[in-house]
Amino acid sequence: MWTKHKAFERNSIILTIGIIIAVSIGGLIEISPLFYLESTIEKVEGVRPYTPLEQAGRDIYVREGCYVCHSQMIRPLRDEVERYGHYSLAAESMYDHPFQWGSKRTGPDLARVGGKYSDSWHVDHLRDPRSVVPESNMPPYAFLAKRELDYRAIEKHLATLKTVGVPYSKDQLANARADLEQQVDPFAGEASDLKKRYGAKVAQRDFDGDPSRITEMDALIAYLQVLGTMVDFRTYKAEDPENMR
Amino acid sequence: MTQAQALRDDTPLDVVALYMFTGLAALGALLATALSPDPSFRFSSWIMLAAFLVAFLAMSVQMANGKLRSDPTRYADGVIRAGVIATMFWAVAGLSAGVLVAAQLSWPTIFYFPDLEWLNFGRLRPLHTSAVIFAFGGNALIATSFWVVQRTCKARLAGGVWPWFVFWGYQLFIVLAATGYLAGITQSREYAEPEWYVDLWLTIVWVAYLLVFLGTIWKRKEPHIYVANWFYLAFIVTVAILHVINNAAVPAGLLEAKSYSAAAGVQDALIQWWYGHNAVAFFLTVPFLAMMYYFVPKRAERPVYSYRLSIVHFWSLIFIYIWAGPHHLHFTALPQWAQTLGMTFSIMLWMPSWGGMINGFMTLSGAWDKVRTDPVIRMFVVAMAFYGMATFEGPLMSIRAVNALSHYTDWTIGHVHSGALGWNGFITFACLYCMTPWLWKKERLYSNALVEWHFWIATTGILLYISSMWISGVMEGLMWREYTPQGYLANAFVETVAAKHIPNMIRTLGGLMFLSGALIMTYNLWRTIRMPSSAPESASATPAAQLIAAE
Repeated sequence: MWTKHKAFERNSIILTIGIIIAVSIGGLIEISPLFYLESTIEKVEGVRPYTPLEQAGRDIYVREGCYVCHSQMIRPLRDEVERYGHYSLAAESMYDHPFQWGSKRTGPDLARVGGKYSDSWHVDHLRDPRSVVPESNMPPYAFLAKRELDYRAIEKHLATLKTVGVPYSKDQLANARADLEQQVDPFAGEASDLKKRYGAKVAQRDFDGDPSRITEMDALIAYLQVLGTMVDFRTYKAEDPENMR
Repeated sequence: MTQAQALRDDTPLDVVALYMFTGLAALGALLATALSPDPSFRFSSWIMLAAFLVAFLAMSVQMANGKLRSDPTRYADGVIRAGVIATMFWAVAGLSAGVLVAAQLSWPTIFYFPDLEWLNFGRLRPLHTSAVIFAFGGNALIATSFWVVQRTCKARLAGGVWPWFVFWGYQLFIVLAATGYLAGITQSREYAEPEWYVDLWLTIVWVAYLLVFLGTIWKRKEPHIYVANWFYLAFIVTVAILHVINNAAVPAGLLEAKSYSAAAGVQDALIQWWYGHNAVAFFLTVPFLAMMYYFVPKRAERPVYSYRLSIVHFWSLIFIYIWAGPHHLHFTALPQWAQTLGMTFSIMLWMPSWGGMINGFMTLSGAWDKVRTDPVIRMFVVAMAFYGMATFEGPLMSIRAVNALSHYTDWTIGHVHSGALGWNGFITFACLYCMTPWLWKKERLYSNALVEWHFWIATTGILLYISSMWISGVMEGLMWREYTPQGYLANAFVETVAAKHIPNMIRTLGGLMFLSGALIMTYNLWRTIRMPSSAPESASATPAAQLIAAE
């Protein structure tokens, strides 16, 4: 039996093909079903693509590497559900390119941080974390408030997201820039085009306390404030039989 | 002009090909720098432009002087020497970054600057992980694989000057990735942070690496491919597959740095952890086992313990490892059957892992006295012991009930470092101590006493590091789930942060000791290189006859 292994040892191409077969099986069996299974591709009411400002904030979250300390995935364990809120659903990150579930909690989970703190708390906390949480070892992000948001390429960004599967409408793509600017306009009102396009729940205000310009702080806080707020768990029951697949 | 023309005419084809490639790449980088509307992309293009121009000019000078010719009767050792130096350099750089980020977590008021965003933990931590895994580990792997494949095939590296392209191309990948992180150019995919154009560049370099490696095997004067080369080949092939699939992304424009991943949410999570765990498997385990299968028998002057065990070890390890990714996603929105599969295969992995460790240990049969007399052998032994520990702890942590406690905590960090510092670090250091005298044709190392110092300082550092992280990880996991008798959560999150202050400081100290060991090694190796040469040709002309695959 052992002499049969000679074929692999004497021919590098047979060895290479053997390696490719051996390492392909596991990945194929585990990953491919996820693109078809109901529980991983189902839609849940309320989950929508990010507004241009939220997406710009998410890009800053990605740029700063927040995932190295903050998870966005609440596990169905008693203490986590009581500390952070309802456990995370697959649908809640279906428009996250890339996913930011994280693997480490040097800081707390952020999957449902939206609406937990005021905008001004976030501004203070990001500017100097220890001014509001003395024991914190988070880095300061004061520069976010000083720097104007670069949304030069926001249309391109949304169009790229559409290419990879986020269902932005033509209307949303065409008005990306206007929508971004409108979201920080405190006087845009309930009947704004932004709310028409993204829903009445969209938070529309000046996030960083500086209405004179759109800063990176505006974008990041807009993103943090929407995290985990899209699904209404008063009406959505994850344990209902039709949701338990 | 005629003389220059004459010199050009007999320039080898591989050199001309690389010369043209470098020139075209420089032109491409120049155009990208000129045309891109994106400052981040222009920043990277400037670095590429500088790198390609320097390479182009250096090649011009060397071609005009009639250099860059490869002598088929000699091993190509220059590129390995460069690899040894690069490995030392990146060890110090990557470990320093690690000590800095550890200090940031311990003393946030001292090591943070509100307006220097590039010094923040979120940007430096990927710099640390990439520098130690891909820069330090990757250079060690390229250098040792070039050494091993030549000696066990009794053939010079294939591709003429292209091994140098692999070496310098890989350094460019590291520099592009590292400067990108500092400038905020990242995909924020753990251990796959570089943006799409850096990934494309690495793909080009990696294909060249595969071809050089396979080409050398094709030229071999031995009928059998030695076991270490199986592991190196599995590493190169599988890392290529993982890299390309995990980094599938659509850039926001051809001249934009930003890209969005092809998959999202739960699919993206599993693809990423399929990649992430197999970066551990096929970058940090499989090729380091190749080092073990060559350098341990060579240094101990004993044959590999069991040929059959190495066959079983090889195939079972690569087949089972690929399934283990989902254990990073226990209790998440990933379907439970996938989590269970990942856990099951992780536990099964214990067997091939320990089979390999036993094969390494038993190779020392009859040479155990060397553990006492040769500090380099001792380093190999401790490396294999840490491998055994880490591959026992890993399956344990992959069990759902254990993972519920350990996940998201410092326990994971401790586990990773017992493998990374103890196994990858020590086996690489031991290989460097072996190869440096061979490559520079010295009879011995400059100082065995300094190796002893390195060994004991670094070992103590690892123990401080992993025990402090075990304590802090288990402690924070227990604090998160602690309830008062009235049924309320006992601790606010920030109380766990405060409780970790002392373990964080001990961890910083442990890391600092490991870094000190690496500095001692760098000094020792540098003095070895500067020693007067002896025994010319002994290493580069004598193939390791007893190491050719036994049957």
